Amino acid sequence: MRPFHYLAPRRLDEALSLLTPQAVPLAGGTDLFLKMERRQTQPDTVVDLKRIPGLDRIEAADGGVRIGALALMDRLSASSMIANQYDALARSARVVGSTQTRNRATIGGNLANASPAADTATPLLALGASVEAADASGTREMPVDQLFLGPGRTALRHGELLTAILIPAMPARAASAFQRCVRTAMDIAVVNCAAFVRLDEDGLIGEARIALGAVGPTPLRAASAESRLVGRRPGPDLAAEAAEAAADDAQPIDDVRAGADYRTEMVRVLTRRAIEDACQRAGGES
Amino acid sequence: MAAERIAITVTVNGEPFREEVPATRSLLDFLRDDLGLTGTKEGCSEGECGACAVILDGRLVDACLIFAAEADGRSVETVEGLADGEDLHPLQRTFAATGAAQCGYCTPGMLMACKSLLDRNPSPTREEVVHGIAGNLCRCTGYGTIIQAVMEAAKES
Repeated sequence: MRPFHYLAPRRLDEALSLLTPQAVPLAGGTDLFLKMERRQTQPDTVVDLKRIPGLDRIEAADGGVRIGALALMDRLSASSMIANQYDALARSARVVGSTQTRNRATIGGNLANASPAADTATPLLALGASVEAADASGTREMPVDQLFLGPGRTALRHGELLTAILIPAMPARAASAFQRCVRTAMDIAVVNCAAFVRLDEDGLIGEARIALGAVGPTPLRAASAESRLVGRRPGPDLAAEAAEAAADDAQPIDDVRAGADYRTEMVRVLTRRAIEDACQRAGGES
Repeated sequence: MAAERIAITVTVNGEPFREEVPATRSLLDFLRDDLGLTGTKEGCSEGECGACAVILDGRLVDACLIFAAEADGRSVETVEGLADGEDLHPLQRTFAATGAAQCGYCTPGMLMACKSLLDRNPSPTREEVVHGIAGNLCRCTGYGTIIQAVMEAAKES
């Protein structure tokens, strides 16, 4: 590994002033350490964020939840505030990697690393979440929809740090669900899928968001699947029809984990299950 | 860039150690090479196998993916700290009794994963044990006896 300066500031403004173009922020390090070891990233300076108090806080905000970027996967999976409202996110945090990984990996790192297969990205897309980004001049909010530009590439600017994730309040008669397909428990997802649905008072789907992971250069929204659902009554036929549309929205590739054909088939299966699960729970069934 | 050295103090198995390390030093190499605590093993060096699992401030982690500097001011538990003198930890006794170690290479990390599990969940189900050691590979595939050893250690305490 190439030598670097290690800095562990205790204040956010200090950390932001240290994030020069040759510096990288360090959260859990489960991705960054290996990238540095393999010399895929060769920073002059590593800015460890873990000494900054409060950056890992999970708190209620505007009826929803604000999750500090340094919140551990393990804490997300154990948080009743998350589990009570955002089932898809709680489930995704529970299945990321091993105990060791969940004790180190953070939600902010999972997003900023911008893997197309990031397990927390699809739930956050489905939940309509935003990220808060800070630099020396201030903070801005950006929908997670606009965060991912390509594998390993985000809309964060040089010197800008992802500081928090903001999830809106869960409306009445709404629920989310997460589905994932892996080769082994430790491997990254072959496909993952998250669904959010809100039912109208008469039981029709009023709002729907479907997100797919590992089937394109970024985690993506399945727009045509979503439009099939809105205004219609939940049921197995509708879920299957939307899942078929989701398979058209996916742009999978062949790689070491799975072929594109298999991924497309898994999109059909996982999307159907996620929609059925979310609709049942939104309707008060479990 | 010249390799700058960072002064760190890490408490390992209750004893504070002050060392100067390069920023690139992993916690695993710090334990093994700087402190001579070779119980913790290096397997894949990619956070997949769990041979280097230690407990950092109460949380199970893979020491191969952590810079030693990140552990400054923190506490680490390694396999060397499990026994109290000649008095073995219940997991060490049940591992020995059930034959849960074959080649033994995964054993230190496996013991720390199992200790971390029992610290949080003193009476786990079999499924919870399987889930708890999902990040620890045993190439001898001795999982059956390892799970049995954890279940028996849980009964003892």
